[in-house]
Amino acid sequence: MSAATLTSPVTVGEGRIGLRGNLRHIGALIRRNLLWIRQDPESMFDAVLMPIVFTLLFVFVFGGAIAGTDNREAYVNYVVPGLMAMMGMNIAMGVGTGFNQDFQTGVMDRFRSLPIARSSVLIAKIVVELARMLVAIAILLTVGFLLGLSVSNVPGLFAAIGLAAVFGFGIMWIFLTMGVVMKNAQAIQAMGFLVLMPLQFGSSIFAPTDTMPGWLQAFTDYNPLSSLADAARGLMNGGRPIAHDVLVTVIWSVVLTAVMAPIAIRKYTTKS
Amino acid sequence: MTRIDNTPHDAVSDAAVTVRGLVKHYGETKALDGVDLDVREGTVLGVLGPNGAGKTTLVRCLSTLITPDAGQATVAGYDVVRQPRQTRRVIGLTGQYASVDEKLSGYENLYMIGRLLDLSRKESRARADGLLERFSLTEAAKRPASTYSGGMRRRLDLAASMIGHPAVLYLDEPTTGLDPRTRNEVWTEVKRMVAEGATVLLTTQYMEEAEQLASELTVIDRGKVIAGGRVDELKARVGGRTLRIRPADPQELRPTATALDEFGLTGIGKATADTETGTVLVPILSDEQLTAVVGAVTARGITLAGITTELPSLDEVFLSLTGHKISSPQDDASAAREEVAA
Repeated sequence: MSAATLTSPVTVGEGRIGLRGNLRHIGALIRRNLLWIRQDPESMFDAVLMPIVFTLLFVFVFGGAIAGTDNREAYVNYVVPGLMAMMGMNIAMGVGTGFNQDFQTGVMDRFRSLPIARSSVLIAKIVVELARMLVAIAILLTVGFLLGLSVSNVPGLFAAIGLAAVFGFGIMWIFLTMGVVMKNAQAIQAMGFLVLMPLQFGSSIFAPTDTMPGWLQAFTDYNPLSSLADAARGLMNGGRPIAHDVLVTVIWSVVLTAVMAPIAIRKYTTKS
Repeated sequence: MTRIDNTPHDAVSDAAVTVRGLVKHYGETKALDGVDLDVREGTVLGVLGPNGAGKTTLVRCLSTLITPDAGQATVAGYDVVRQPRQTRRVIGLTGQYASVDEKLSGYENLYMIGRLLDLSRKESRARADGLLERFSLTEAAKRPASTYSGGMRRRLDLAASMIGHPAVLYLDEPTTGLDPRTRNEVWTEVKRMVAEGATVLLTTQYMEEAEQLASELTVIDRGKVIAGGRVDELKARVGGRTLRIRPADPQELRPTATALDEFGLTGIGKATADTETGTVLVPILSDEQLTAVVGAVTARGITLAGITTELPSLDEVFLSLTGHKISSPQDDASAAREEVAA
């Protein structure tokens, strides 16, 4: 190799993108994701219809059997905080499929050849997914209130929403990693359901765990969705100690983020 | 080394892109195996090679999408490995597969890229409108790109890569998969950009495209540069054009071919009559031979209605430069294995 050096001397930090620039880029990319929703409103079905369908399904199909026909409203109070935990997880799956499509279509090449921080594509996606999550939770609560949900602790309700969002954020990194690594969106969806179904049903989301066999209880006790659901119940209506469940949920979220975020970011930045 | 290579190895003073000894391996496959090339400012360098020759890998290295294993590349004075951020400011990329966001409209695609390139809202709007107009997409500006035809999508892709007034534009197989009419559309746009002084690195599989758009050529195969130089120099080296002559009277097609064969011009291959197109095909090596053929036909009293010359296909270029046919992907794999074994 001949050493033809046309290179100008490298200054550390030269060409670095400032905070304002970063925010502007993230804003432009958030706008892109919002335009996607406008162009393709069906993509909001999961956030809009899922909370309605699941709430009606569980309250009217299983509610009577689980809590007794006279106790349907009590079951609403039980299941809505649980569904809140579930929403975060299901919506998070969308982040993976959308991300995957960007790689498939070559749009990601365009973004990565632009002078923007590579993370801004990632951050924009996360912001939009968190917003979708909050929309889903808002609809869930609306349906819940129509069916007789009562909340005795309003600040607690917001704390519960925050907790669900924090946990959803942690889960999102798993799906982001899958979005980068896996071949196509269908694979992510199939894999996602395979993991989500046992996690969701093997938890205290839909029914108290005390009737489950011991081995299953051992699983549900460590299932972060149980902790999140129980914490949300305690925060919204009291009646149970919440410190432990909140702590477990937060620890899960932090650990998931600490482990999966670097992997997702590394896979994302090095993907060629 | 047996390779024919007259690529200058010293730095070219007016080079916008300089590549020296670039290497990129994928496992055992050497996608780039020591590539040297220069793109002079304000010119178009055509990188010609078959599928799997390493063209896209080269463009991806030069656009900071992948990091080369060895060698050096500078774009507008910036080192692509050590100064990726600065490099990204001076390049425009049009990929092999149109990389526009299909769910966004043409306008929104361009506006978004304007914002990502730090233009103000107002500037982004103006630039998007201007480029849509320039690439004849104004009518379709508000429609999602998914409804665009293949040619419209490529034009939008070209427009997108022009937003930041890049110092160097990479066009990675800009017309692969397009029908001839759409290809012409894209060529027209590229020629216009070149006329306006753009510096372009163009990869292509088509000799015709290289001749249409590029002023200089680098031919690569299996990650190596096998020839380089001005298009006419390279053509001269490859020789072998095909002359097509059309007798005014179609009845004279076969007599013309027979007459040429009987005439026995030295160095000229056998003339063949192509009844489908009503032309006679004569392989020739030089302009003198072209003149001689025309003279011979005229001497027989045959009136000609048309004369065209055709460039050799990429296959023929390869055959004459390397003595072997374009390597198939299997050959590539086995060649890579042999190299490792040796």
